[in-house]
Amino acid sequence: MQAVIELAGLSVRFGKREILRDLRADLSGRTLGLLGPNGAGKSTLIQTLLGFCPVAGGTARIFGHDIRHHLRQIRAQIGYMPENDAFIADMTAVTFVRMMGELSGLPAEAALERAHEVLFYVGLGEARYRKLGTYSLGMKQMAKLAQALVHGPRLLILDEPTNGLDPSARQRMVRLIRDIRDSGQMHILLCSHLLRDVEETCEEVLILKQGQIVHYSNLEKERSTNKRFVELETSGDEAGLAEALTGLGCACTAAGAGRYKMVLPEGFDLREIYRVAAERDLPLRRLSYRRDTLEDIFLKAMEV
Amino acid sequence: MAVYKQTYKDYEGKRTGSWSRFLILMRYSYARLFQSRFLVLFLALCFFYPIGCAALIYLSHNSPALAMLKLQANALPAIDGRFFYIFCVVQGVLALLLTTFVGPNLISPDLANGGLALYLSRPFSRTEYVAGKMTVLLVLLSLITWVPGLLLYAIQASCTGWTWVKPNLWLARAIVLGPLIWIVVLSLIALALSAWVKWRIAAGACVLGLHFVGAGFAQAINQILRTRNGSLINLSEVIHTIWGDLFDCSRSADLSVMQAWIVLGVTSVLCLSLLTRRIRGFEVIK
Repeated sequence: MQAVIELAGLSVRFGKREILRDLRADLSGRTLGLLGPNGAGKSTLIQTLLGFCPVAGGTARIFGHDIRHHLRQIRAQIGYMPENDAFIADMTAVTFVRMMGELSGLPAEAALERAHEVLFYVGLGEARYRKLGTYSLGMKQMAKLAQALVHGPRLLILDEPTNGLDPSARQRMVRLIRDIRDSGQMHILLCSHLLRDVEETCEEVLILKQGQIVHYSNLEKERSTNKRFVELETSGDEAGLAEALTGLGCACTAAGAGRYKMVLPEGFDLREIYRVAAERDLPLRRLSYRRDTLEDIFLKAMEV
Repeated sequence: MAVYKQTYKDYEGKRTGSWSRFLILMRYSYARLFQSRFLVLFLALCFFYPIGCAALIYLSHNSPALAMLKLQANALPAIDGRFFYIFCVVQGVLALLLTTFVGPNLISPDLANGGLALYLSRPFSRTEYVAGKMTVLLVLLSLITWVPGLLLYAIQASCTGWTWVKPNLWLARAIVLGPLIWIVVLSLIALALSAWVKWRIAAGACVLGLHFVGAGFAQAINQILRTRNGSLINLSEVIHTIWGDLFDCSRSADLSVMQAWIVLGVTSVLCLSLLTRRIRGFEVIK
């Protein structure tokens, strides 16, 4: 499978300051989350992939095209929604999105048709003849998304798409991103510092810290692996329960006060735990899968 | 992606060629500019003098009309290099005013609203962006400078015939080249200042200030230092020197033609370097 984004020792400098250092990764998932604290280099990485920042060393490839040599081909396949305000105040939304479509290579009539369609799609259908300068922040975000979608890109780059949105507008944006992801027609690179947004929409996560990749994880795999971890709380003959479960192939660690963490073997039936507890007449106060949240993953990565 | 379906669908239609995409910017810029009634009125005003000149040329070749107006043919100005030089000066001033009005609206709104990232994240280069914005000015300024100038030349040629055209062919070249140099420099200055100053009113003031304050400073330097080199920063003086040479009349005493060309060259290079620095998809905050 061809990598969507291939980072091959990518380095970026602003003057003497090294912003990105020797980034190496092959990313081929449908939705990729780019995480990191402020100043980690997330936006710089996006801008470098778009060809805005000069490459100091190494390179990156998008759909096999080198960012140093094939920028035009790359940009033709990318839809970019910037983090900051980006619009033309005295244009109506439909004119703005149409112009952006034409600049991406759509014929004028097709661009107009697509502009209407994407504006309806992002929920600005009724406001599409209003000037962008009169839009609220949430509407401007949606207009930015519309212009990124108008030409049907293969890779959609979203830089902090839920920035400044109220909860309902945020939910709408996340729903749209999931819908685009589920349509299966484009890959998404989502840069955000809101872990919840990334967790709700992304399959893979790349965590940056001080311009370096500190963690890469496939959230889907991580979730399925986590299903083998169980946290259990009981009272009474705790040692006997642990012994019995160890006998069934579980690795048990006592956390004190009747709490156990267990790694279950492949194909282990959870009902065995209830059976063993019932045999020993032990009340199970709590039994839950231990699931590493993205926050856990992020915090672990930050400790590196 | 039908509107009623509300689902995302890819675009699979044909794409346009990349060579002409800069013209898209021109089309949309005109649509925005011509919403202003002031611009339309001013543009109409810019054609008054060429129409007057056309009437003058027609009159000077029409004896019955001259007789009817009780005018002598020799009382009218001769249609020669000086006539077209004055035409260039008048239309050149109007071109400057039009640039002051139109130029700042081209780049500064994009910069102020962060729109450059949207343009440059597409298969659209910085050069194409500048070319698209510059074409807006070049076409508009051409319409009021060398295009009517050439039409006047054609009217004169049609009235007099080959006997006038043959010794005055050089004039056609001067009529095109003279204003073209001016409008290219004006466009570059306007774009550079529009990119430098994000506030469009301030950018307009800078374009005017560069000419009038520059002329004032030039005079002051010449007077105080008893030199003629101050005229190097007077763009009007510079372009008049070049026009004077092209139309073979009224050369400036302060500047040589070579100096004038060098000043225009340096100005253009400075404007281009300013544009190169400012037209970027991102801003580096120091």
